[in-house]
Amino acid sequence: MAMLSFEKKYRVRGGTLLGGDLFDFWVGPFYVGFFGVSTVFFATLGTLLIIWGAAMGPTWNIWQINIAPPDLSYGLGFAPLMEGGLWQIITICAIGAFVSWALRQVEISRKLGMGLHVPFAFSFAILAYVTLVVIRPILLGAWGHGFPYGIFSHLDWVSNVGYQFLHFHYNPAHMLAITFFFTNALALALHGSLILAMTNPQEGEPVKTGEHENTFFRDFVGYSIGALGIHRLGLFLAINAAFWSAVCIVISGPFWTRGWPEWWNWWLELPLW
Amino acid sequence: MKTLKRNGLTLAALGMSAFLIGCEMPPPEVTQNGYRGLAMHQNYNPRLLQQSLDENVPPEAIPAPAPGGPLAKDLYKNVQVLGELTVTEFNRLMVAMTTWVSPEQGCYYCHVNEGFEYDGIYTKVTSRRMLQMTQDTNANWKDHVADTGVTCYTCHRGQPVPAEVWVSDPGPGQPSAMAPTGQNIAAASVAYSSLPYDPFTPFLSQDNDVRVIGDTVLPEGNRRSIKQAEWTYGLMMHMSDALGVNCTYCHNSRSFMSWDQSTPQRTTAWYAIRHVREMNNDYVTPLGEVLPASRKGPLGDPYKIYCATCHQGAYKPLYGAPMLKDYPSLSAPLPEGGTAALKAQSEAQAPAAAEEEAPAQQAKAEQPAAPAPAAAPAEEEAAPEPQAAAPEAAPAEEAAPAQAAPPAPQQQPMQPPPLRYPPPGMMQYPPAPLQYPPPPANR
Repeated sequence: MAMLSFEKKYRVRGGTLLGGDLFDFWVGPFYVGFFGVSTVFFATLGTLLIIWGAAMGPTWNIWQINIAPPDLSYGLGFAPLMEGGLWQIITICAIGAFVSWALRQVEISRKLGMGLHVPFAFSFAILAYVTLVVIRPILLGAWGHGFPYGIFSHLDWVSNVGYQFLHFHYNPAHMLAITFFFTNALALALHGSLILAMTNPQEGEPVKTGEHENTFFRDFVGYSIGALGIHRLGLFLAINAAFWSAVCIVISGPFWTRGWPEWWNWWLELPLW
Repeated sequence: MKTLKRNGLTLAALGMSAFLIGCEMPPPEVTQNGYRGLAMHQNYNPRLLQQSLDENVPPEAIPAPAPGGPLAKDLYKNVQVLGELTVTEFNRLMVAMTTWVSPEQGCYYCHVNEGFEYDGIYTKVTSRRMLQMTQDTNANWKDHVADTGVTCYTCHRGQPVPAEVWVSDPGPGQPSAMAPTGQNIAAASVAYSSLPYDPFTPFLSQDNDVRVIGDTVLPEGNRRSIKQAEWTYGLMMHMSDALGVNCTYCHNSRSFMSWDQSTPQRTTAWYAIRHVREMNNDYVTPLGEVLPASRKGPLGDPYKIYCATCHQGAYKPLYGAPMLKDYPSLSAPLPEGGTAALKAQSEAQAPAAAEEEAPAQQAKAEQPAAPAPAAAPAEEEAAPEPQAAAPEAAPAEEAAPAQAAPPAPQQQPMQPPPLRYPPPGMMQYPPAPLQYPPPPANR
């Protein structure tokens, strides 16, 4: 595959975390590395197991395929393959693939001599997933608390977990997570539209620069966070969205068993009133 | 920089403790009542559960009386409901009622100077009506109370007025530019949500339709609104709170309305709503004529019954402790011959169902198999008032044939539903965890 003219100078040796020089090569445009191999291994195995589980299951309907975790009665032990054991192995594969991917990002960052912002940000997504299928189930004492792997079935899980606490919108961490998600979307929309506007000027006009960007936002909302700042803000919002998502689910059950509306009674009971 | 860090740490610690101030420690006790991975779970804080279990222990039964002796109606005057009991049975029940309802006030709470037969005090008139209500409940609402049944103690717990009652709520009456909405305060009646705080008047006194969802896939003429849904949700919040369960005890939230995806408990709850409505309208509200203002709300309606009145935080009142079996005189309106006749009837009716510990649902499931032809006439005798559960079971309000009648007890509630998501094989509800926590007798 053709290489971009400037690409060659980035293809440097070293920076690997594991495996030394063994996997330090590229396939086409893709860096391999030890963690590239492990990513492919886990992702392929996990996907094939899902397909195998679907084959064992009652349907090939893509919406209805469901790989469910074990019954709560299995606790934190292993379950028979067709009674949740498959879910357990697929979970291991998923975590293996996600973590490998993050570590591969670390290796590439080291090669390029840049900061670890990318794997750091990605690790919050992994954290949210691990919270759902490992941390919270361990705190609750059964793997059966993980969410099932299936398009409809995982939505049913989300819905029912919400209704286990009567009204999930009263969950304070859920409130924060939603706010961060929405704010993140707003910031992305503002930023994306700005960039598109600057790079697509009227006919005959040159492409605009950062000065125009700043001026537009100073006129628009009285402040421009700047070309670098918007990316820091985006990182902050996205990381917080993932983080508070993880918090909101890990406190539901392990740290609170009743309806979330009732949790707010601490506010009503403040001695202030 | 150092100070900044220290201050930051302190602040973070303060923030975290403020955040966790109302929280509990893991692990909770969780029971599963749906297919694995469906997240239909009940969550219990072990400390609060233990507290609830300790609070919901029935008192020791008074030893059974010796059989035989004169009848109460022959020896005492003005015995209208319990006249067929023998004198020993009658007095035992009176003593029991005193300990259940008015242990501090004693006999004189209902019987005043003019003589034991004197009806001039509201408490005595009310007690008589409540006895009839209890008998009617145990005889005709087995779809709700099963064979466990209820006694005075189920609600009263040693108090003349049960701890949990409701009246029509006109609201806090704050001065406001807005018209009163009947909602938007953190009301305990709806589990501290902002939902309408008096869903009981429309649903447990009036018979407004609890269901708001349309009967068709596309919106074709269903004029019920989100605001109406909030009243339904208000009632549901109360039911959850009163039973110490969450929405998934009865519903699979992917489709609240469909019976074939709900748990068998929802059937019981369906009957329960109708039962409570009947108790309020046939027994409690008419007593408003005799009850004093101290037993009425601000709008002049008497203290009424809702789920929490009996359940008091337990999925089954007293966690299913079978109190009624020790007081057969409360199990039905007394026929000629008193409790002996009752016993003969019930033995003829269902010899298999005699095991008191058979859980409600199992007993219900056994019924379809049970009705031998010989048992049928006895059954009719046992239900002398035909306005019982059976006619009620054909509800006009859920007319759509698709998901119309809640699975009446004749139907198997766990019949595999028509092919839908999730596939039928995945929609079995393992019965065991539903009987959780176990009744005190089994612990």
